[in-house]
Amino acid sequence: MQGLETFYEVMRRQGITRRSFLKYCSLTAAALGLGPEFVPQIAHAMETKPRTPVLWLHGLECTCCSESFIRSAHPLAKDVVLSMISLDYDDTLMASAGHQAEAILHEVMETYKGNYILAVEGNPPLNEDGMFCIVGGKPFLDQLRFVAKDAKAIISWGSCASHGCVQAARPNPTRATPVHEVITDKPIIKVPGCPPIAEVMTGVITYMLTFDRIPELDRQGRPKMFYSQRIHDKCYRRPHFDAGQFVEAFDDEGARKGYCLYKVGCKGPTTYNACSTVRWNDGTSFPIQAGHGCIGCSEDGFWDRGSWYARLTDLHGVGFGIEANADKVGLTAAGVVGGAVAVHAAISALKRAQHKEDNGSNGSSRTGDAA
Amino acid sequence: MASLDHTPADAGAERPSRVTAVYVYEAPVRLWHWINALAITVLTVTGYLIGTPLPTMSGEPSAHYVMGTIRFLHFAAGYIFAVGFIFRIYWAFVGNHHARQLFVLPFWRRSFWAGLIDEAEWYLFMKSRPKKYIGHNPLAQFAMFWAIGLGSVFMIVTGFALYSEGAGPGSWQDHLFGWVIPLMGGSMALHTWHHLGMWAIVIFVMIHVYAAIREDIMSRQSMVSTMISGTRTFKDDDPD
Repeated sequence: MQGLETFYEVMRRQGITRRSFLKYCSLTAAALGLGPEFVPQIAHAMETKPRTPVLWLHGLECTCCSESFIRSAHPLAKDVVLSMISLDYDDTLMASAGHQAEAILHEVMETYKGNYILAVEGNPPLNEDGMFCIVGGKPFLDQLRFVAKDAKAIISWGSCASHGCVQAARPNPTRATPVHEVITDKPIIKVPGCPPIAEVMTGVITYMLTFDRIPELDRQGRPKMFYSQRIHDKCYRRPHFDAGQFVEAFDDEGARKGYCLYKVGCKGPTTYNACSTVRWNDGTSFPIQAGHGCIGCSEDGFWDRGSWYARLTDLHGVGFGIEANADKVGLTAAGVVGGAVAVHAAISALKRAQHKEDNGSNGSSRTGDAA
Repeated sequence: MASLDHTPADAGAERPSRVTAVYVYEAPVRLWHWINALAITVLTVTGYLIGTPLPTMSGEPSAHYVMGTIRFLHFAAGYIFAVGFIFRIYWAFVGNHHARQLFVLPFWRRSFWAGLIDEAEWYLFMKSRPKKYIGHNPLAQFAMFWAIGLGSVFMIVTGFALYSEGAGPGSWQDHLFGWVIPLMGGSMALHTWHHLGMWAIVIFVMIHVYAAIREDIMSRQSMVSTMISGTRTFKDDDPD
């Protein structure tokens, strides 16, 4: 543990030149959507502020968030962030293990009480007193509550921690629960995605460490800088959408020409993330560019809002048939009502005819009276 | 009013002693009704096509703007629908008392429910003669209140919440309606609710058109022409 070293000192100790450091500051400013005037501010913060330790806990998860994070593609961002954030505890990445590792956790919690950031990957299952996820011999639920108690802020990494993701999908046998429903007394930053984009993860953490505050969040608690627009809003295939040019099947001419994937279930229009701008793996590509629609992994409940290959959500989760969607339900209901109207009209006509006969035979028909 | 067509020769024999005509729907209400009907038609057709787009257009994307046009029509009709609805609320305050029926469900009035049951019996062929009403009959008012009074609010709120996604954070649509998105469980769920709302309105329209025509023929008062001329005429002078 490095006591009260600043970020800059740590970086210099790790052999990073001042030139690289300043480049990193510019890059960070750009990544966070800040103007050039913020570069000296970031540099100053990093030169003077003692670094903030980050404790990274792992719950019920697949570790794809960690996999994404360590691939933070920009070399500078990767090098610097990994050394700079002083990831003092991350049982997946750290060298120490067992009691040694747990000892570090306790040490950091005491030394930096109320001043460390807790990053949570995965989520706690609540059923059976949390027995579905055991870390260090104890339920993860207990560890999460214990570490969260003295944290300054919590980052919910990925869709598991933010929304529940696959292990919270219906019927959710372990009662996997997103972090914000378990820890309610701390500021929580949700960084959803399965996994989140590496640069988004490093961007969020860098912002928090350099500016010593949490980034501006939207209504759902996600950083606005990365989650304020839909994939669709910045998609390079958007002109095909507006023109009405769609891939109708994955092996058709439209698919070869790179038309819009809306009709084969792309969730880009309903998914808030930065994939279409930041992209993945050093800006190489993202799902839509690879010819597959967005599956909406950073949206709440995306496993239960299927299908990934249909435009309309299937509604079997809410009591309709497995293939039902809004159109099928609506069309069926309209058909039933239409049939009922036709039958009703027929009976009405018969009744009316019958009445007329009755009235006619009585010879007491009133002017214009039908009934 | 049919009596006016009779020739003078048989006027004395056939002309009824009294036919009541009441001015019910003022001009702004009638105008709103038909503009609203048109807006709903455009919204339904374009809305369906946004969910299930037309077959792909070939050629350069710059040569087409099909989806863009469909969406524009949807948004334009949506604005007309919303502004019309706001005007209609205003008219409920300044217009005659019939203009208020759309927004009021007299839940605590016993006679309303009695009338509703009575009208339901007429529709279930359990009664051979319905009651006369100057405004909406209770069953119609009940349907109108839910489908148009509240249904419009639901479609406008969810519609503008969806629109705010494109307008972006900080837009007035986002400020006023953006909170609906997390409330409904996210963007996809909101789309689904809006879509189901469309079907509810389609079903309402089917019943509405059928009932209006049927009432016009079989009830004791005018129906379709009333929404054109504003005047309700009665086919008999019986007290009840």
